[in-house]
Amino acid sequence: MERVVNKSSFCAALKGSRILESEEIPGGAGGEFEREPVPEKARKGSSAFWGMYAGEHTAGTEFMIGPLFVAWGASAFDMILGLLLGNLLAVLTWRFLTAEIATARRLTLYYQLEKICGRNLVVLYNLFNGILFCFLAGAMVTVSATAVGVPFGESVKMPTFDQTWPTGFVWCLLCVAIGAAMTFVAVRGYGFVARVGHLAAPWMLLVFVACGVVMLAKLDSTNLFELIDPPEGAPRRIGFWGIVFFAWFCNAAVHLGMSDLSILRFARKPSYGWASAAGMFLGHYVAWICAALLLVYWVRQFGVDPQKGAMPGPMVFDAVGVTGLLCVAVAGWTTANPTIYRAGLAFQGMFPKMTRTTATIIAGAVCTVAGVFPAVAMKLLDFVGLYGTILAPVGAVIVVDHFLARRLGLATDYAERQGIRFNVAVLLAWAIPVAIGLAIYRTQDINSFMLPLPCWLACGALYILFSKLMNRGAGSGLSSDPSCP
Amino acid sequence: MKALAKILAPLALAATVVPALLFLFKAIGEGPMKATMLGAAVVWFVFSPHWMKGGSQ
Repeated sequence: MERVVNKSSFCAALKGSRILESEEIPGGAGGEFEREPVPEKARKGSSAFWGMYAGEHTAGTEFMIGPLFVAWGASAFDMILGLLLGNLLAVLTWRFLTAEIATARRLTLYYQLEKICGRNLVVLYNLFNGILFCFLAGAMVTVSATAVGVPFGESVKMPTFDQTWPTGFVWCLLCVAIGAAMTFVAVRGYGFVARVGHLAAPWMLLVFVACGVVMLAKLDSTNLFELIDPPEGAPRRIGFWGIVFFAWFCNAAVHLGMSDLSILRFARKPSYGWASAAGMFLGHYVAWICAALLLVYWVRQFGVDPQKGAMPGPMVFDAVGVTGLLCVAVAGWTTANPTIYRAGLAFQGMFPKMTRTTATIIAGAVCTVAGVFPAVAMKLLDFVGLYGTILAPVGAVIVVDHFLARRLGLATDYAERQGIRFNVAVLLAWAIPVAIGLAIYRTQDINSFMLPLPCWLACGALYILFSKLMNRGAGSGLSSDPSCP
Repeated sequence: MKALAKILAPLALAATVVPALLFLFKAIGEGPMKATMLGAAVVWFVFSPHWMKGGSQ
């Protein structure tokens, strides 16, 4: 759910971060300040961050998330206030954890991890990252296909929320064509798509708003509380705290997981972390509620079963015509393309002898197959939670290393100081809570987005414990980094 | 071109959302609303590269 802006006001930050962070993995190509703190002259002003966050969090998947809340029986109160609180907590996390560490150390996530965990563990982290990127891009292919398929009429059978298998041959063909086109562009480089994404960001947000306004007109009411509330007796799969946790942790890998160290290391001050509010309150609040209204209308007007839902393409076409189709296609395309590119770089890091073209084609193929199966897009709320559960806990290790190591008598940047390539304490601290979390998710009736926080806290606590037990000879209490508090 | 873009690009953004508001207040019909939004999209993508910071690079 990340968008890539091009060589714009935020060019240097982006060049040295989102895309190129994956190039910093062993064997990858070079990038800007990948193995050194960002110097004073390369730092960016706050407006670059406000713009970047606003654009990045208005992606194709927002068209799925709003309607999925409706399908899960979210009440209006839960949605309107739950999203407000959850997004506020996400912004606070960005501001007081991610931005603080990013501006103190000014290193990419990958280099920071390498210093603590060792190079080989970063490669393992990257593998998970690459695979999850592929599935995320697959969801974008599915969303785009619902828009591209509209002009083909009845010949393309749109999937519903409860479908996990392809709906037919034409659907498969459509997804393969879209996936192949996205992969081709990713292989050629993402410059053009990045440029379109950059330009499309403000326009897309307004199309979301327009969809919401048109739905209010068609529903003949401006009372959101009355419109969004599910009918009496409708099954409720998500409540107030579910929505709070989803809004807070749908980007857990980025804020709690410290992926945004790579972006915010370019910030002049930690207060720039407040810029994440632009993404949260425009993309994850306004856009989600507007998208939710689309399904509300279809349920009331066309008698669509909210459990089965309706796809973004036909809904936005009905609301705002061809502009809506363009918006869905552009949103999906500009988000999926850099995701495929990044996944390719992640795989390339695993196998340094592999060319970037081959790695990108592999990533594109996995993403296309994932896109053919609507499962990921239709279960996006679950997938996003799992994404955070698996990747976010690693951020706790960085938080402990930065804020607590000195106070607890632990060595900071342990792998670098010891010259090791694999810090077993980090692996155990990461794997144990994630394994338990996934087991709980499999066996208990719990939403996946409730898991990132407990896993993150457990990872931090276990890292302290295992470091005390296993890393005794590391010169405890010493910090190699003067920026540590 | 840049001077024209300074006027037309923000106008295009306005024309993306204002027709929806006019439709809400029943000032225009659905057809003209959709047509205006499509026109606004075309104008936006033509002129925004010359107006947005970094858009033409």
